[in-house]
Amino acid sequence: MALLEVRSLSKSFRGLRAVARVSFEVPEGGLVALIGPNGAGKTTIFNIAAGVYAADAGEIVLAGRRIDGLRPDQVCAAGVGRTFQVVKPFAGLSVLDNVIVGALRAEHRVPAARRKALEILDKLSLGAKRDLPAASLTLPDRKRLEVARALATGPRLLLLDEVMAGLRPTECDQMVEVFRALNRDGLTILLIEHVMRAVMALAQKVIVLHHGEIIAQGAPAEVVRDPAVLECYLGEETEV
Amino acid sequence: MRARLLLGALGAGLIALPQFSGSYILSLATLALYFAFTGQAWNVMMGFAGQLSLGHSLFVGLGAYAAAALFVKFGIGPWAGLWVAMALCVAAGTAIGLLAFRFGISGVYFALLTIAFAEFTRIGFDHIGWLGGPGGLFLKVGQRTSWNLADLRGTPAMFYYVMLALTAGAFALCAWLLKSRAGYYWQAIREDEDAARALGINTFRWKLMAVAISAAMTSLAGVFFAFYYNNLFPEQIFHISQSIEIILGPIVGGVGTLFGPILGAVLLTTLADSLTNLVAAMGLDIPGVKQVFYGVILLLVIMFLPNGIWPPIAKRLGLGRKD
Repeated sequence: MALLEVRSLSKSFRGLRAVARVSFEVPEGGLVALIGPNGAGKTTIFNIAAGVYAADAGEIVLAGRRIDGLRPDQVCAAGVGRTFQVVKPFAGLSVLDNVIVGALRAEHRVPAARRKALEILDKLSLGAKRDLPAASLTLPDRKRLEVARALATGPRLLLLDEVMAGLRPTECDQMVEVFRALNRDGLTILLIEHVMRAVMALAQKVIVLHHGEIIAQGAPAEVVRDPAVLECYLGEETEV
Repeated sequence: MRARLLLGALGAGLIALPQFSGSYILSLATLALYFAFTGQAWNVMMGFAGQLSLGHSLFVGLGAYAAAALFVKFGIGPWAGLWVAMALCVAAGTAIGLLAFRFGISGVYFALLTIAFAEFTRIGFDHIGWLGGPGGLFLKVGQRTSWNLADLRGTPAMFYYVMLALTAGAFALCAWLLKSRAGYYWQAIREDEDAARALGINTFRWKLMAVAISAAMTSLAGVFFAFYYNNLFPEQIFHISQSIEIILGPIVGGVGTLFGPILGAVLLTTLADSLTNLVAAMGLDIPGVKQVFYGVILLLVIMFLPNGIWPPIAKRLGLGRKD
């Protein structure tokens, strides 16, 4: 059964078509990647799903309930956790306090939220840095913190926006392991990713966007051989 | 543990103060505590939740006029009147918050809105003849030797202890708030509102709550002001200089910290008064010397200690980041 259904979604910014009649599904327990060149409309779809923008047309349904048009905090309460492409740590707070803020969504008492936050920090190997101010973290750690905070809200669906960008291959592989483990435990994940190493290792299904439209979808190995995909990434093959 | 010991020593010293100080020191200490209290209240909005108010004189004034009017016109004592004062200020704060947060007014524009509300209330009160208009509203003044806590009429020492209790209460409340869910949510909103929303925080509601709590606390300072000074003029109590003086303490001491507003208020009040006395003792007459002094201190703090003077002291004392 589909946990997330995107139905014929469209969105334009001042006449610029960012997303055009996009439909796809993310199955319960699935791990789906959304790829495509810069400006393909990936983050726009995320932002509509997360309640930042309203859609011009179409709908987004989570477990049978429409979530497009809800406020970001309501989308979160409905069970969608998200990370930001440009990370947004609470810079003045400690790493632990950052995650406690997320954990307080489901667990209103601070001590219990704190316990949950510590568990999640360990899962993302941030436990040793829990007392540092978030502002002092390196980019890879900030990306991890972003994920930890979103996880702490107790989502059914996790939206990851380019969390691998800027990571070294070994760090990337670590993250892949984290998401695999989370997915195994039942978390549904939809990720936007440019790092194909991660996409190929993680995704059960890949959806390719180009100019706001889906040009291919399927298993990772098939999609990367698709001529339309190769063309949009590498340009058309021409005889010289 | 260390923080508790320090706090205990400080508390004991403050309780004992009237025993070995004259009326001048006592009035100065009362004034310092008054600014520590109002600074603490302002800090809930700006320091915790990141909402800059430059119009806190609105809440001081409304609180003061409400309690004073009930007392003078109807003989209703301050302990009953303070609830009316509080309700009025919460209503005013909520109205400003609703207006601003509903329409996404934030940052500098929000600060301007708070100034606007304080200013038109000042002008409004100038035209309320029943409350004396620009001529002021007065409570009966007299040399008192006994305490009448019920009507807040008594010796300077009584007012000192009332202000001390208020300040201690505000400190305890803020310490508790900062460690509660509200404190976490406010700080998240202060640091990054978009990220806070994405974590399920209804930022509109929590910001409104910060304004309401801050307004309620400040209204108490207004009630105290009315019964301590016994005279109220719109030009004075609603004036923007009141608002500025409230925020100087926390800015100098450390915005967002628990001890910052107290330390800043005590330092500024004592130093400014010493300076005024010094200048007077030298036989000079320099109008506005206090304002210039505030300006210089503010400049120095912003240049060299932008987080205020409390955080480095806390570090040296081996206390945590949150006091």
